[in-house]
Amino acid sequence: MPSPDTLNSNGLPQGPLVETRGLSHERAENGVSRRVMAIGDWSLQPGHHALLLGPSGSGKSTFINIVTGLLTPSHGELRVAGEPMSTLSPAGRDALRRRTIGLVFQTLRLIPALSVAGNLALAQKLALGVVDRAEIDRLIARVGLAHRAEARPRQLSQGEGQRAAIARALVTRPRLLVADEPTSALDDANAARMIDLMFETADATGATLLIATHDGRIAHRFANRLDLVAPQAPVTAAAA
Amino acid sequence: MIGLSLAYLRDRALNTALNILLLGLGVASLVILLLFSSQLENRFDRDAQGIDMVVGAKGSPLQLILSSVYHVDIPTGNVPLDTVELLRRQLGVAEAIPLALGDSFRSFRIVGTEPAYPALLGASLADGRMFAAPMEAVIGAEVATRTGAGLGQRFVGGHGMGGGDEGPKHEEQPFIVVGRLKPTGTVIDRLILTRVESVWSVHGIEAPHADDHHDGETAAEHAAHDHDGESAEEHAAHASPAEVTAVLVRFGSPIAAVRLPGFVNRQTNLQAAVPAVEVSRLLSLVGVGLDAVRAFAVLLMITAGLSIFVALLTALKEREADMAMLRVIGASRAAIIGQVASEGLILAAAGAALGLMLGHGVIALAAANIEQLHQLGLSAARVHPGEAWIVAAALAIGLIAALIPALRVLQSDIAETLANAR
Repeated sequence: MPSPDTLNSNGLPQGPLVETRGLSHERAENGVSRRVMAIGDWSLQPGHHALLLGPSGSGKSTFINIVTGLLTPSHGELRVAGEPMSTLSPAGRDALRRRTIGLVFQTLRLIPALSVAGNLALAQKLALGVVDRAEIDRLIARVGLAHRAEARPRQLSQGEGQRAAIARALVTRPRLLVADEPTSALDDANAARMIDLMFETADATGATLLIATHDGRIAHRFANRLDLVAPQAPVTAAAA
Repeated sequence: MIGLSLAYLRDRALNTALNILLLGLGVASLVILLLFSSQLENRFDRDAQGIDMVVGAKGSPLQLILSSVYHVDIPTGNVPLDTVELLRRQLGVAEAIPLALGDSFRSFRIVGTEPAYPALLGASLADGRMFAAPMEAVIGAEVATRTGAGLGQRFVGGHGMGGGDEGPKHEEQPFIVVGRLKPTGTVIDRLILTRVESVWSVHGIEAPHADDHHDGETAAEHAAHDHDGESAEEHAAHASPAEVTAVLVRFGSPIAAVRLPGFVNRQTNLQAAVPAVEVSRLLSLVGVGLDAVRAFAVLLMITAGLSIFVALLTALKEREADMAMLRVIGASRAAIIGQVASEGLILAAAGAALGLMLGHGVIALAAANIEQLHQLGLSAARVHPGEAWIVAAALAIGLIAALIPALRVLQSDIAETLANAR
């Protein structure tokens, strides 16, 4: 396993950012074990933004939960930035997630009691232990919310809320930005704008995208796709 | 995380304010009760210091104590002057100090006594000298402040002891202030002290041993005195020829405590009352009422605790996904518990602070506006150590009310919570 601290020619760490070996997950339902996700071997190289595509029930959320360390897979293993996320202790997973992963959810999951800037500051404080006001202002401006920095999440439109959530995920400078259905609630124009924004901000901060969606409208934007089909048998397609 | 707690509390400001108010009222009630009862007991103890027994006319022993030790009730009657000498001759009596009551000046009682009385209560002169001749008066610190009387000031006493200005005046017999006492925090601050002979003289009674300063008002003139409007009891309380109202006794040996009360009570028309006994009887009577109010205040605090508990439980239920999100973006379990606990603690601390301010404020207002409470020496400035326990109890209530819902949240599965919220 190459050290994640070694940089390649693009200035990005060498070695896969996410790597799975024989990964699948079974869940017991009514005493019967049912396979809900099967990926097998797969890897995500730094800088190669990936799309996790599949219909509902194909295991996208299960995979995202395993990548982020919220769920322990029943079979196989998963490494994030070279570290064995699937076998670490809960505290170890928390730490690894805090260091390397930013998360964006479909529904707005900003803290409603805090302003947009306050949400970013809290995320920074929790992940890095310090608050960098300049970085917060820069990111908020970058997602086009400079005029809404002090607004509460409930005062934002859905599009503004999504952009704030992306800014919050990126403010800790994660190497991996995981987004779950970031566009499914948006119309065509806004979905396209959202993907543009994610590419742009990810590239600007050096993050690699892993986006789970059943939204076929954005599929053509990704060269690196992992197609999941329900119920099993993963199909990988690395070309586009 | 404290910042986040404050943000959440601000976010539901009305709910926060109501909970703080509710807890504040509970704390305030307990603080008021504590300050009131402790200062009352303290005052009772200080006023009665050094007085082991009071001898007066037969009647209610509590009334005798209240009138002659605390100067709040009217006396039971008078006793012959010989009583003083009789008591002084008894074995085991260290001191016997006569008190002659009956008149007042602007609600401040004029007490005919001896210099041993202020000495017994630990009072010392701020300026001037101790009274020596009849009609010379030494005034307590509060009398001096309230009336503005200085040395050499002449004043005329009025008949009666409750709001004496309303009674007839002894215009022809003015007193002269020769000394002022330092504040003592005891009843003596509100008294005007003079010789027993002054009180007799004002009412035209011959002192048993003739004295040069006596102005010679006859008994007939005294009889002509206008006593309209005074109660029969007040009249009875009036010092009549060569009588005193009560005698304060300090024992020199423990045997006196056993022997003397019985000896006195066997005398016709005399009764002995022990301040400690009467005060504890009074406090036990008042105490039943105080206990009821105290139980109500505790109930109020528990209600406030429940209200905080329900408010936090509801708020945290709505925030389960927020908390799961906080965990995802890097908050440890301890940080989440700390955040919720700090919300409960901030509420409780604010409630406790409000309660302390309210409690002391109400005491200050009451002392300023209710004369009787002011006379009892009720002070809002004094802090009782028990207040720390009340604050600790309030904080504990806030903490427990917060921790129960916080632990519930931590038992939930983050992935599942987020999946449900997605």
